Amino acid sequence: MSKKKLVVVGNGMAPGRMLEHLFEKDADAYDVTIFNAEPRVNYNRLMLSPVLSGEKTYEDIITHGDDWYAEHGVTLHKAARVSGIDRDAKTVTSENGITASYDKLVIATGSNPFIIPLPGKDLDGVLTYRDLDDVDKMLDAAGRGGRAIVIGGGLLGLEAAAGLKMQGMDVTVLHLMPTLMERQLDPAAGFLLEEEFRSRSIDVRTKANSHEIVDDGSGKVKAIRLDDGTEIEASIVVMAVGIRPSADLAKSIGLDTNRGVLVGDDMRTSDPDIFALGECVEHRGMCYGLVAPLYEMAEAIADNLLDGTAEYTGSVTATKLKVTGVDLYSAGDFAEGDDREEIVLRDASAGVYKRLVLKDNKIIGAVLYGETSDGPWFFDMLKKGTDVSEMRETLIFGQAYQGGAPLDPTAAVAALPDDAEICGCNGICKGKIVSTIKEKGLTTLDGVRAHTKASNSCGTCTGLVEQLMQVTLGDAYNPAAVTPMCGCTPLGHDEVRRLIKSKELKSIPAVMQELEWTSSGGCAKCRPALNYYLVSDWPDEYADDYQSRFINERVHANIQKDGTYSVVPRMWGGMTSSKELRAIADVVDKFDIPAVKCTGGQRIDMLGIKKEDLPAVWADLGKAGFVSGQAYAKGLRTVKTCVGTDWCRFGTQDSTGLGVKLEKFMWGSWTPAKLKMAVSGCPRNCAEATCKDIGIICVDSGYEIHFAGAAGLDIKGTEVLGLVKTEDEAIEHVAALAQMYREQGRYLERIYKWAKRIGVDEIRRQIMDDANMRKAYFDRFVFSQKFAQVDPWSERVSGKDKHEFKPMAVLTKEAAE
Amino acid sequence: MTADIHNWVQIGTLDDIPREGARCVKNGDMTIAVFRTAKDEVFALEDKCPHKNGPLSQGIVHDGCVTCPLHNWVISLETGSAQGADEGRTTAFPVRLEDGSVLIDLSFSHEAV
Repeated sequence: MSKKKLVVVGNGMAPGRMLEHLFEKDADAYDVTIFNAEPRVNYNRLMLSPVLSGEKTYEDIITHGDDWYAEHGVTLHKAARVSGIDRDAKTVTSENGITASYDKLVIATGSNPFIIPLPGKDLDGVLTYRDLDDVDKMLDAAGRGGRAIVIGGGLLGLEAAAGLKMQGMDVTVLHLMPTLMERQLDPAAGFLLEEEFRSRSIDVRTKANSHEIVDDGSGKVKAIRLDDGTEIEASIVVMAVGIRPSADLAKSIGLDTNRGVLVGDDMRTSDPDIFALGECVEHRGMCYGLVAPLYEMAEAIADNLLDGTAEYTGSVTATKLKVTGVDLYSAGDFAEGDDREEIVLRDASAGVYKRLVLKDNKIIGAVLYGETSDGPWFFDMLKKGTDVSEMRETLIFGQAYQGGAPLDPTAAVAALPDDAEICGCNGICKGKIVSTIKEKGLTTLDGVRAHTKASNSCGTCTGLVEQLMQVTLGDAYNPAAVTPMCGCTPLGHDEVRRLIKSKELKSIPAVMQELEWTSSGGCAKCRPALNYYLVSDWPDEYADDYQSRFINERVHANIQKDGTYSVVPRMWGGMTSSKELRAIADVVDKFDIPAVKCTGGQRIDMLGIKKEDLPAVWADLGKAGFVSGQAYAKGLRTVKTCVGTDWCRFGTQDSTGLGVKLEKFMWGSWTPAKLKMAVSGCPRNCAEATCKDIGIICVDSGYEIHFAGAAGLDIKGTEVLGLVKTEDEAIEHVAALAQMYREQGRYLERIYKWAKRIGVDEIRRQIMDDANMRKAYFDRFVFSQKFAQVDPWSERVSGKDKHEFKPMAVLTKEAAE
Repeated sequence: MTADIHNWVQIGTLDDIPREGARCVKNGDMTIAVFRTAKDEVFALEDKCPHKNGPLSQGIVHDGCVTCPLHNWVISLETGSAQGADEGRTTAFPVRLEDGSVLIDLSFSHEAV
């Protein structure tokens, strides 16, 4: 009996594996013919990156050499792209005129690299990263030097970038999303990866949207221009932004296709004699671009070709970045959800980040960075659905730590020898800390820091030091002395602020990684605080994190109880004019604003505005010269004034004028909590400056500066900072004071609480007595204002964040109004 | 999940929603808040906090939850239930992502309206 005929279209890794299974099960069932568009035998595509980086050669990565085809009687047509399939006649024909007939056909056409339809995409020097030809082209370009730009910070793009760098090119990676490999990694791991690439002198630009590939005049790549106008020179551009299932052939012969060739669990297409396999396939709505699922499909097809009943039911996938020296592993689903728990381990000094996501005591996702040897172990448990509740305490430490009773952390510290180093920064060992605690009778962490210097630098050993205190002092130690910022960290606000500065942390993911946050992405308490600290400490370098702002600061208006907003335009020093009032009146009429009210800070509040109307309201107010009053901000809100010498018979100075100057100088500045000021023209204090955060009382001899008053949850008169003679001095002192508070205040800590904590005398000493210090605070305030004085309203009117104000969709429904 | 009849409606693309943010979808009189987490998961809740009807779409998104902008109740994006000591629940709608498109199942909304 003659053998049945099997034709395979495509010669990638998946059909290679399928044939291995097939021959293993029954070597004599089929005569096999393969059409391969590439002019070569089968090779391991996963190993292209080592070929690009020069660590391997093409010969090293061949999986099925010519001998193998010969040995199994397989007819391989190289460089034979299939042009047509006749399903009635059951024949396959290639472009170069070869025809083969089949009983069963397997379509394994793989995928094509996605080309972004940028202007210039067809220029000479624009490459993709998909097969050996692409690698050859890149190697050829690298031989000539220059800069390579890789578009796409995913798996392939990063591998290409690392390879090209190793080949001696300058490399820039452009990535549209805020963090690298965002589909496989959470932001913390993405951040580490970015740091690693930077340390290899690979330029990484996230949130980078390419606009055009620039022609050098002869049809060759010269540069890339980004949406923001930046131009980066390049001799080649590699597009590695993703792949698309190559389903055109299947579609052209009438098979059901969607994104990919549609197959059922038996891997058959809509034609029972035709199977499809690999990256060209769409199975249960999924298309796969990783090798493991393709191998599982290959096994199922091999069985079904032999009249078996194997079913492929989908895959969970794991990813590993193949860049030498970078250990990164990601598997499963690591999204957040309230039925999920996460275990996070961060070891900043070792550059290790591990995160496991559990659901019902089973691992459903894992991200490992820096130390990935347990990846397969976690992945195995993930696939098997192993119940991990027994080993939960030590699970994150990996397989080596399983077995034996879980160690109580305090017991572990107690068991350490006296010469065990606790604080690596200062070289302090356990014995020294314990003896100092006993000798000096220390009971607080600050005391231990002061006397031993342990935990006084990077702070990562703070937990260990506290455990030592616990062991040494027993119940006499009250660890609650430092209130943690939130549940995501044991560190207090001051600690975090100090470390942001000393470790030069300049993004929220950087803070979370370096300070070993225990959650993956923070919470609604720590994120706004971190965002403020970073804005305050790095005004020029830090990019504000919009999603870490409370709604009021995000949409620049006050949310009210019914979800509408109120809008307060700035009226400098409380002064206004008929033109301004008319403009406000017109806006009130035009938008049918239900309530208009004077605020406690002498401004006009328009209440009850629908969110979608906000940009139009601002546009009209902006035309009349108004900017946002920031009545919603943890920042400078108002400077209230009286009429001073302009009109008042008691006024001693131009309090209105000074209020206007202060407000124009200080508006836009962010502070730990809201900041309200006032200037009164005489001690009668009509502007009520003595219950403000910062107040000035004008007197005959000059300006008395007050601060730390409150008229909110607490009612408190101000403290006197001191008396100065001129307006300029008053402004300098006030700004320096505000800056000192900005740099030291804990988020949401009003100035009066901060002053109580620091001590009024100390503040007075630094601002009034130490002219150099005052000048330095003042200069930092002025520097920060360069970046802060941007009116958020006009920004939004000109289109920024416009998605905020429009619904994503309006669904029509009979019941709709 | 009792509804056998699904009413999947396409409402836009994943890119329309800011990461760790939300967009609103108007469904007749009802507003549905569609959230996108840091991990690009998408969830939909009626845009009303079970506490005092605060617009959840305007809250800070974190760890599979959103914190209501009015009084800081923390609501699970997946179930719509209040977290911690608070009690209450808002309607959660099934959402699915297809090729970058966001589809929402409105078959529940009839019960909820």
